[in-house]
Amino acid sequence: MKTIEVLGPGCANCVRLEKNTREAVALAGIDAQITKVTDYAQIMAYGIMSTPGLVIDGRVVSYGRVPSAGDIAAWLTER
Amino acid sequence: MTTLRLRAARRIHPPLKLTVAVAVVAWLIAWFAEAPLSDWLTFSVLGLQRGSHFGEAVGFFLLDVPKVLLLLVGIITVVTLIRGFFPPEKVRSALAGRGNVAGSAAAASFGIVTPFCSCSAVPLFIGFVEAGIPLGVTFAFLISSPMVNEVALVLLWGLFGPGIALVYMAAGLTVAMIGGLVIGRLHMERFVEDYVWALQGKGGTAIEIHLSWEDRIHDAWAYTRDLVKRITPYLLIGISIGALIHGYAPTDLVAAIGGRSNPFAVPIVVLIALPLYSNAAGTIPIVQALLGKGMPMGTTLAFMMAITAISLPEFIILRRVIKWQLIAVFATVVTIGVLFVGYLFNFLIA
Repeated sequence: MKTIEVLGPGCANCVRLEKNTREAVALAGIDAQITKVTDYAQIMAYGIMSTPGLVIDGRVVSYGRVPSAGDIAAWLTER
Repeated sequence: MTTLRLRAARRIHPPLKLTVAVAVVAWLIAWFAEAPLSDWLTFSVLGLQRGSHFGEAVGFFLLDVPKVLLLLVGIITVVTLIRGFFPPEKVRSALAGRGNVAGSAAAASFGIVTPFCSCSAVPLFIGFVEAGIPLGVTFAFLISSPMVNEVALVLLWGLFGPGIALVYMAAGLTVAMIGGLVIGRLHMERFVEDYVWALQGKGGTAIEIHLSWEDRIHDAWAYTRDLVKRITPYLLIGISIGALIHGYAPTDLVAAIGGRSNPFAVPIVVLIALPLYSNAAGTIPIVQALLGKGMPMGTTLAFMMAITAISLPEFIILRRVIKWQLIAVFATVVTIGVLFVGYLFNFLIA
């Protein structure tokens, strides 16, 4: 079970990232819990200003861009 | 900064170098074919009269729309690609240790490459304050960001040449720096929302993530497409107004209001511009037409800066992090700066 957090106040790119993440989870065929983080305090705690950000199991894997579903799936199945 | 390297997904794409080469050649062909094509379309296909009000207005429109779109698409892709190497997280660490003067200068310059949008402004503001960057330095960034940006510079460069683009950049940076220094001196800290202060010092440090050239080019292109889509409505309205001014506005009227003989031309155009809101893309075609009608440079620059730098939508976004009193100070300082720039450049460029 993976924990995935999508960091962002809810702009167009954040919505797109969330959609790609859901696709990636389906693509990777894994069990994951996706949380949307909109609170600035929590976003800042990761040191990120350029949203949207993506955190997998507590590790920031991307920020300031919208990675493709394929890339996210590859990160999810890593290791 | 530690760097995180991630495995990318396997993709089936045409070779990167080939795609880039084809795109560059297509752009160049379009750039050189555009002016003769639009001329031919206006005066031969549509059969409009050269020198007539309507013909000149339509010609201006058909020449400007593709030209400006080509410039935007080409250069913003390149600028975005370069910007990818300077994320705000890196810039913030660079600004954190600096004093007010050096900090304001650096923050104003950083504003050039950062677009101002509802998505980025609030997190950037909070992020700056969180890292302990002085309020004045943060404001230097907030002033410069919507006013001096790559879209404005690219359009000014493409339509009027490098001189005016650099003059505009220098003027905008001056306003932003001085504005930042003044706001820093006024000690307005209590007008920042309390929850922002509560976050100070609680942030983490971002790690750097390694991106391939393919990722970077892909991101830059996606961003450019989005941006061009977003600013096209402004652009079409701006170019239409510019075309009307170009074809119909009597030169005498422009000269009477904005001309050199009127000592109050700068405050008058700034007053006209304050309630107007548009981004640089929508404003520059109007500026182009006004300059063509003989409005002096300083007055025109003041007009453009007042439209882009002071806007209700921006204030509504900023209200989420600062109180109205500070927004009022911000608007006042910027207006005074813009008036100063107007008079200064009218004096310098005779």
